[in-house]
Amino acid sequence: MSANLSAISYLVSSVCFILALQGLSSAKTSQRGLTLGILGMALAVLTTIGSPIVTDYGWILSGLILGGVIGTAIAKKIQMTALPQLVAAFHSLVGLAAVCVAAAALYEPRAFSIGEVGHLAAGSLIEMGLGVAIGAITFTGSIVAFAKLQGLVSGNPLIFKGQHPLNAALGIGLILMIAFFAGSESHSLFWLMTFVSLGLGFLLILPIGGADMPVVISMLNSYSGWAAAGIGFTFGNSLLIITGALVGSSGAILSYIMCKGMNRSIINIILGGFGGDQAAAAQRGAEQRAFKAGSAEDAGFIMKNAKSVIIVPGYGMAVAQAQHALREMSDILKKEGVKVRYAIHPVAGRMPGHMNVLLAEANVPYEDVLELDEINRDFAVTDVAFVIGANDVTNPAAKTDSTSPIFGMPILDVEKAKTVLFVKRSMSPGYAGVDNELFYKDNTLMLFGDAKKMCEEIIKALEE
Amino acid sequence: MDLISPFVQELTVFVLAVFVGYYVVWKVTPALHSPLMSVTNAISSVIIVGAILAAGSAQDTMTQLFGFAAVTMAAVNIFGGFVVTRRMLEMFNKKK
Repeated sequence: MSANLSAISYLVSSVCFILALQGLSSAKTSQRGLTLGILGMALAVLTTIGSPIVTDYGWILSGLILGGVIGTAIAKKIQMTALPQLVAAFHSLVGLAAVCVAAAALYEPRAFSIGEVGHLAAGSLIEMGLGVAIGAITFTGSIVAFAKLQGLVSGNPLIFKGQHPLNAALGIGLILMIAFFAGSESHSLFWLMTFVSLGLGFLLILPIGGADMPVVISMLNSYSGWAAAGIGFTFGNSLLIITGALVGSSGAILSYIMCKGMNRSIINIILGGFGGDQAAAAQRGAEQRAFKAGSAEDAGFIMKNAKSVIIVPGYGMAVAQAQHALREMSDILKKEGVKVRYAIHPVAGRMPGHMNVLLAEANVPYEDVLELDEINRDFAVTDVAFVIGANDVTNPAAKTDSTSPIFGMPILDVEKAKTVLFVKRSMSPGYAGVDNELFYKDNTLMLFGDAKKMCEEIIKALEE
Repeated sequence: MDLISPFVQELTVFVLAVFVGYYVVWKVTPALHSPLMSVTNAISSVIIVGAILAAGSAQDTMTQLFGFAAVTMAAVNIFGGFVVTRRMLEMFNKKK
């Protein structure tokens, strides 16, 4: 295939990728978009295999088949609650692949038509250095994120003295190394850079607490894009540059949305230390206060006689695997003529949009699930707010108490509903370690127990 | 006039693509943010283009092995990312 023809196919691939993202603007067009994305990828792969400098197909085909089988098998089996881990693991592979490609380009630049060993342009070397650094950071950073999400290591932030100066020193050292590498094309410096970046990836993500994982995954998503773009610059390949830029900006936007959902700055999150024991220990000695506890029968009775119910699910609901029972409960209520809707906070779940996927999996109709901005006004005219597995995102202190660690975070105004039903295991505070004023309100009824069991009991009560 | 360096042309493409990404991604409905993430994950594996060149046109075995490893990892991502995205989107579009 001639160079111009391949460049045109790459352009077509790029357009397909843009259309794939655009398709996600609504559920209806999303599947067509995905098909275009797959076609774009197939075209890119075939075009590259067809280029005249590719002469050996054995390695390519075995890699494609091996990877394809593994990837498909994992993706078919994965539980939707484990989606964040899966995405983190996939990000780590992009990072490592970027490192491998950069190494291959350094050792045999001829294979990529970018020059000869020892005579690479300084510009290419800088781009290669950036690509390998970002790729390596993505690799180890994603592994840490994966381990935290999977529960292999504690979700508590890991902080030690001198951590930030150490990271800063490594970062500056890395930039200097890239500069020297551009001047020397030294292979040992390349590997030193790789190892420093690998270490930096670990150090950057370790101090970040479990509650901030939605931001971390989005950030790593963004990094994997920038790594691809860096490699694209090295080869002068516009497809890689365009795709890298798309993915990079997508991840950056998602990180921004997640940060806004928690009212935290990205710097604050990267510095880490939030959402662990420390925060909980800092809590002022909470005095025993009066609250009302109710039973599943009470909850069933109240909801059956309500005109409208808004369900506020949080990650605790997903952990308890309560989504199917919850949907069954709302189906029964709907049959009774109750208007049931779901309110989703931007940071409900462990990655952006996670809660929507979990509810969709449980066959909750797409139209019943509303975002914070869409539904927040409606709490004031709603009979019952049913909070299940969520806590901090409903805490009125975020609006009223300027000393609260979650002050300024956008919350769902559940306290405006006539009655609040709060499903919770115990009176313990949420991730942020703050007491929730809502528990002690006159119109709040606490339902203690496991989210799934509680839903099942309410179903039983409703059916009687 | 001097020739424009390839780097400047690449930078042009890059900056414009960042803008395209910015506008397209803001239009994505928040309900589909998880599929967005898995699909961007799949397409960022377009890095497979470089991996294929390494695996298929290198002379040196080590370079070929680097290429093979990268092709395999990228393929896991591409297939895995697209398949899991398809699964999610089917859930959102289920007929009742």
